[in-house]
Amino acid sequence: MIIQVENPALEVHDMTVSYDRRPVLWGVDFSIPKGHLTCVLGPNGSGKTTLIKAIMDLVPKNSGYAKIFDQDIDDVRDKVSYIPQRGSVDWDFPASVMDVVLMGRYKKNNIFNRISRTDRINAEIALEKVGMKAFAKRQISQLSGGQQQRVFIARALAQEAEFYLMDEPFAGVDAATENAILNLLKEMKDEGKTILLIHHDIQTAYDYFDWFVFLNTRLIASGPKETVFSEKTLSDTYGGKLSLLTTVGELLKEKKLPVRE
Amino acid sequence: MGTFIDFISLSDPTSRYVIIGIILLTINASLVGSFAFLRKKSLIGDAVAHSVLPGICLAFLLFQTKNLFILLGGAAITGWLSILSIDLITAHSRIKADAAIGIALSVFFALGIVLLTIIQNSAIASQSGLDHFLFGKAASITRDDVRYFAIVTLIITAVIIIFYKPFKLISFNQDFAVSIGLPVRFYEFILSIITVMSIAVGIQAVGVVLMAALLITPAAAARYWTNDLRIMLILAVVVSAIGGVGGAYISYSATNMPTGPWIIVIISCIAFLSFAFAPNRGIVSKMWIQYQNRKQILLENILKAFYHVGEKDNSFLEMRKPEDILNRREFSFSKLSEGLNKLKRKGLLEKQNNEWKLSSEGLSEAKRIIRLHRLWELYLTQYLNIAEDHVHDDAEAIEHVLTPEIEAQLEKLLDFPSTDPHGKEIIY
Amino acid sequence: MENMLQFDIDAFWIILTGTLVAVSASLLGVFLILRKMSMIGDAISHAVLPGIVIAFLLTNSSSQIPMIIGASLVGVLATFLIESLHRKSKLQTDASIGIIFTFLFAVGIILVSQYTGQVDLDQECVLYGEIAFVPLDRWVTASGIDLGPRNIWTLGACCLAIIATIIIGYKGLYLTTFDQTFAASLGISTVAWHYTLMTGVSLTTVVSFESVGAILVVAFLIVPASTAYLLTDDLKIMLILAALIGFLSVLSGYYVAVYLDASIAACMALMSGVFFAIAFLFSPGYGIAFKGRRAKMGLQKDYSQQL
Repeated sequence: MIIQVENPALEVHDMTVSYDRRPVLWGVDFSIPKGHLTCVLGPNGSGKTTLIKAIMDLVPKNSGYAKIFDQDIDDVRDKVSYIPQRGSVDWDFPASVMDVVLMGRYKKNNIFNRISRTDRINAEIALEKVGMKAFAKRQISQLSGGQQQRVFIARALAQEAEFYLMDEPFAGVDAATENAILNLLKEMKDEGKTILLIHHDIQTAYDYFDWFVFLNTRLIASGPKETVFSEKTLSDTYGGKLSLLTTVGELLKEKKLPVRE
Repeated sequence: MGTFIDFISLSDPTSRYVIIGIILLTINASLVGSFAFLRKKSLIGDAVAHSVLPGICLAFLLFQTKNLFILLGGAAITGWLSILSIDLITAHSRIKADAAIGIALSVFFALGIVLLTIIQNSAIASQSGLDHFLFGKAASITRDDVRYFAIVTLIITAVIIIFYKPFKLISFNQDFAVSIGLPVRFYEFILSIITVMSIAVGIQAVGVVLMAALLITPAAAARYWTNDLRIMLILAVVVSAIGGVGGAYISYSATNMPTGPWIIVIISCIAFLSFAFAPNRGIVSKMWIQYQNRKQILLENILKAFYHVGEKDNSFLEMRKPEDILNRREFSFSKLSEGLNKLKRKGLLEKQNNEWKLSSEGLSEAKRIIRLHRLWELYLTQYLNIAEDHVHDDAEAIEHVLTPEIEAQLEKLLDFPSTDPHGKEIIY
Repeated sequence: MENMLQFDIDAFWIILTGTLVAVSASLLGVFLILRKMSMIGDAISHAVLPGIVIAFLLTNSSSQIPMIIGASLVGVLATFLIESLHRKSKLQTDASIGIIFTFLFAVGIILVSQYTGQVDLDQECVLYGEIAFVPLDRWVTASGIDLGPRNIWTLGACCLAIIATIIIGYKGLYLTTFDQTFAASLGISTVAWHYTLMTGVSLTTVVSFESVGAILVVAFLIVPASTAYLLTDDLKIMLILAALIGFLSVLSGYYVAVYLDASIAACMALMSGVFFAIAFLFSPGYGIAFKGRRAKMGLQKDYSQQL
């Protein structure tokens, strides 16, 4: 079941992405509405992170496109914020919490400018929202997992974006942080922001979010919770890969054939 | 040519020991280097090679001798210390492995140069000749040297034969080796001992700076030709021995040509050729396969176009002009005529006065591709939830990929459907 | 008396030369080690050799600037080759580093030995330079004014260029070093920043070649920056500390060399190693000597929460 929406915040059109010639996303096509908390669910290796990276145009696509607010990503980067997985950076890096949050204020056109007062104020507000104001001067190497995640979210908040793409914001955080992040997300939603995030826990996902994208290399379902969240969708999503699709993927790699002409 | 025969026949006694010595050294290095390469620890060898210099100098200062055995003993000790310090730095600080290797490499080497210049500036300078270790002194390998080298080669080969299985396991799948309770640390220790040994003697051939290449490059070249560790080891030995003999020959026949750097240049060129031409992995062979694929795809697309033209008036074996085909599908004119002629040679098309028609084999081949296309479209809509108007492009590519086995699976899975998502007929 | 004075001026020039090399290299080294690309620095410093020799032969060592540019390009080309070999041939990065730099270095050595007469380089000089000769090669203008050692001017210009680049590009270097994906998501070209850094490293190794050689410049690239990394958690302080430690290594190294009658550049590199060892053992934040005490005070990272 794939529910397309009118005037979507994000439209993913016929997107195929492969690594080493093997497609990890195959003909994915969906749209999500503005002002919702959308959750991408799928097993490990189902292409969730790749989906977000492809939307941000960080990996090459074989086919298809993604549009945010009906525009190419390069035209709306100022309105879009991306939160990579916490484990993707080296937390031994010599930086303070404030330094990292200030990076959220960097833009393509201000990279050679000095950091302004507004930037600092914005960063402080963002830190306050995630409950980390007291830690502004703390070195990032001394943070716990939950605190690291809060810092990443503060960095995103400092961007003052309209659309947020979050890769596993709840991975490996303590219960208090999970609650804090969830409240923050709801607050953002109430302010009209759109959020697409990856989550790994089916039970809490059902409780937390209102729109779902089920993914396992191919798109399985996309739509509002009441419509798409079902036993059948879950078993289709988590019931393993389509063996035929996997075989064809292997064949593409082995014969070095293109996935698109 | 005469010099080459003199050289290779080992008739000249000085070149005889040089050749045998170099071959022994390259065997050592490429054997242990293969394991370092597979374990993704290529550059540790570089650090060790630079770190043997202070050991040689210290041994010389302490014992006032140029006895190779003693110098190499010193070399092995500081080489070994550099591995230890890399482990110590990465284990006990936040310095990452790459910087730790760089620190060990440059600081040990600096110590070596300090000692070397102290020796050179002192009274014992005239007879030391230790600076040969910087770039190797292959041309002056003697009979006694060869004896030492042979012992080292024997030890290394024996160790590798004895521990072949565990070495293989920790090279390809260290986690698995740990999980089955293999004493991985112990085998790593043995490997590092033979690595240090091979480097300590190997610097005689190419010197400390280029030693890393003697370890890594033959292994990398060999890896491109095979997945079998045994064959890879043999190939690595062959590659480095060719480089060794070649380098020795060049410096033997031309004046002023250093042996070590030529050995490395020859080995590197073999490696570059392997990266380019090795079947399957080489860049050129990949390009060749892709070129072949493109040709195949073109032919199949032309056949399909003939079928589609025929589908319109329901007569598939009519004569068609090239323009009819071009009206149906875009091809560049030269590509089309090239493809048409190739198909004729394969007996899939027949030609009369610049008009073409499908042969009966051509027709069944065209039907097969069309069938695959339509089956795949149906599969995409049913199993990948892709809308009917989005499946065509995908099927255009995948129709060229599907094998008869997959076709059979698709037919069974979709229960021998009669029409595709667009209502077109699927013919069997 | 006059001898003493002469000696002191030479010492000054040598220490100044060493300092300029050390500061340029240590500043760049900070970014190299944080990007886990130390060995790329090692590779570049070796790979520029054929570039230097060829540029020497082509320009007859008459003009320095074309030579420096040409040789620096070879260094950048080497990093490009390493990356292509990694991406196109699926060769692991460390192996492609090892293969490319040894090959280029071997070619360089062959050229040096082939054209010894025409090139003002010998094999030893390639490895550890001849910093003691720096004061001898003077830059004398047409009108006969002695402007001091030629090498000081090139090194000084390089050092200033690097400091300027780091100050102007601080935000860009900081961001792309810490979080490549995030930087790319902002539309910032990580490739451009990468090659800016590589050009800096290449330039530094080329202009340092005569004075400290291929391998000792690696010590200045990696060791002071690593030492600073053990002493601070602030990038700006790390940059300043790295430069300072580089300077101290040069200063102490010079006098150690005089005392031991050994290679000056090697003693400088060796002293950077001594400073590293001291920091490794006794750094208040990260030294192994205080590990037990830090654990007691709870300052150390709490791994239990890191999952």
